[in-house]
Amino acid sequence: MKILVCIKQVPDMESRFKPDSAGVWYSDTDLAFRMNEYDEYAVEQAVQLKEQLGGEPEVVVLSVGPDRVVEALKKALAMGCDRAVQVQDPAAHLKDPWQIASAIAAYAKGENFNLIFTGLQSQDRGSAQVGVTLAEILGIASVTTIVGFEYADGSVTVRRELEGGLKARVQLKTPALVTCQLGLNVPRYPTLPNIMKAKKKEILTLPVGELLHEEARSVTASFYAPPKKSGGIVLEGDVAVQVDQLLDILRDKTTVLR
Amino acid sequence: MKTLLIAECREGKFLDTNYELFGFADKLGATSAMVLVGRQDDLPAFAGKLYLADAAKFGEYNPDLHKKLILATVDQEKPDYIVFGHTSYGWDLAPRVAAALKAPQLSEVVGVADGGFELPSCNMKMRRTVKPQGTPVLLTLQGGAFPVLKPGGTPQVVPLETAGEPGVNFLGYEPAVAKDVNLSKAEIIVSAGRGIGKPENVPAIAALAKALGGELGASRPVVDGGWVDHAHQVGTTGQTVSPKLYIACGISGAIQHLAGMKKSGFIVAINKDKDAPIGEVADVLVVADVMQFVPALTAKLGK
Ligand SMILES: Cc1cc2nc3c(=O)[nH]c(=O)nc-3n(C[C@H](O)[C@H](O)[C@H](O)COP(=O)(O)OP(=O)(O)OC[C@H]3O[C@@H](n4cnc5c(N)ncnc54)[C@H](O)[C@@H]3O)c2cc1C
Ligand SMILES: Cc1cc2nc3c(=O)[nH]c(=O)nc-3n(C[C@H](O)[C@H](O)[C@H](O)COP(=O)(O)OP(=O)(O)OC[C@H]3O[C@@H](n4cnc5c(N)ncnc54)[C@H](O)[C@@H]3O)c2cc1C
Repeated sequence: MKILVCIKQVPDMESRFKPDSAGVWYSDTDLAFRMNEYDEYAVEQAVQLKEQLGGEPEVVVLSVGPDRVVEALKKALAMGCDRAVQVQDPAAHLKDPWQIASAIAAYAKGENFNLIFTGLQSQDRGSAQVGVTLAEILGIASVTTIVGFEYADGSVTVRRELEGGLKARVQLKTPALVTCQLGLNVPRYPTLPNIMKAKKKEILTLPVGELLHEEARSVTASFYAPPKKSGGIVLEGDVAVQVDQLLDILRDKTTVLR
Repeated sequence: MKTLLIAECREGKFLDTNYELFGFADKLGATSAMVLVGRQDDLPAFAGKLYLADAAKFGEYNPDLHKKLILATVDQEKPDYIVFGHTSYGWDLAPRVAAALKAPQLSEVVGVADGGFELPSCNMKMRRTVKPQGTPVLLTLQGGAFPVLKPGGTPQVVPLETAGEPGVNFLGYEPAVAKDVNLSKAEIIVSAGRGIGKPENVPAIAALAKALGGELGASRPVVDGGWVDHAHQVGTTGQTVSPKLYIACGISGAIQHLAGMKKSGFIVAINKDKDAPIGEVADVLVVADVMQFVPALTAKLGK
């Protein structure tokens, strides 16, 4: 069996974001990057399946982006993926989800993966498109938003999360793609021995130009901070003073303090 | 301008949130037709054309056949925009239709901008204006971003059919686990978020809730991590609450959390990040380390 996991590298969401010089995306400087949270669940599920099947499946992890994404790939290798693919472009132009899915599909076509895991969405853009679009291009079945995964004899049974705590059980035959939701499993932390082992694993670099021949279907015209609604009171400074200030406000503005 | 609105039916019911699609079409000044895989006896209050497929036959989750049903309608209606809610139904289905039509899709639209649409990014801290290239354009709308609009009337029903094999097999629903905690009746809720750092800190948040005579709430990562039971989760996949006082401890303010608590009477947020999106809905934002501030507040209340 062959498994593909697609991961994106995103900035820490607690960062301060500043538009880049073109004003269409964030400026990379001063940002700390990490693996997209949803994709950690995707990597973990792929590695768990490999373990369930006695180590037989080969797990390939792929990321599209500039050279910094190699760090995210290394983490996935340390979590237990077998080899990595970086689809690289030094020009680092922003692409739309359609192009990302097309580039990944161009790579995946020749490899005949039985299962593909992606995150439900990225933390920075959150389009929730790349996974399903990839499956549609490849012509394989897909299910989004999974919070439970079982595999047996070429058949996958998932729990699909809906709003309000409701879930649906869905079955599909491989080849298939699933998009992973938060809480699907408990992603492992790479251990030191596994980080060392990962250093010997292959990371293949493919220029995006070899894979991508599609035009963008949407372009970002501008990137900016939303206007502050404010009106809210901001308390800063000494904790003891903040406590007193807050209690005064609550006594004044609400009826809940007796 | 013409919109094709894709309605959602869940557990046999036409969802009220579908009316936000009309609110959006109204904002564009567009005419609308609607597609519904639903039930003949539960139709929207709308006097226009309704393409109706039977959910008993095509299922409530059957992406391959629903895609075909929508494609057949697009063929007839030739809309400029095909509009979904950004829900588990919409984000699953829209990219499939977009791929088949080779059309652009913009996800989680929060506003209409000059020549394009506004989309949130970076956990709502930032926005992008995105311009689609080509038509039709598929859009998924963020819940609550556009007003509910009930046009009223009775639809002209056009029956919709398709054939083919489903790619996935829907086995049935699993109901939400019965809740032993009813947050919807609580007057005060104090919620723990990932910013509390570790499970050992949950009791300190629970102690504040107790000191105030309120209930403990939680954001999703705290529940997924097993620190707090799911019965306490606030948000789109947990409970929707509207207490008189809501205190968010180390919660960033993701849309899925806000959707569950923004109707609260008075909102206090404790966060070390002054720019955290929770500040957008908070009446008071306390910029502090939550594990220093909360015990200090609890102690003062005890006096
Ligand atoms: C040449 C090039 C340069 C790029 N430069 C940047 C850049 O500087 N900054 C930046 O933030 N993005 C960059 N990207 C990535 C791109 O902008 C987004 O990844 C793309 O628009 C996907 O949209 P999304 O994040 O909304 O994905 P979603 O559809 O929300 O993502 C869903 C899932 O798809 C998978 N996925 C998404 N993106 C990727 C990816 N890139 N690689 C592998 N799997 C993925 C993940 O499993 C993810 O969980 C670049 C892409 C290319 C091809
Ligand atoms: C389909 C879907 C459904 C979802 N449903 C829900 C839902 O029902 N409910 C829900 O909550 N989420 C839900 N989520 C997840 C949601 O998108 C967010 O990931 C989640 O709400 C984040 O939780 P958080 O704010 O606790 O954590 P984070 O986003 O990690 O935020 C932690 C915050 O704590 C602050 N902080 C860190 N350390 C400290 C400190 N020492 N002192 C003070 N502040 C500190 C940080 O500045 C940050 O703002 C859903 C997501 C999806 C895609």
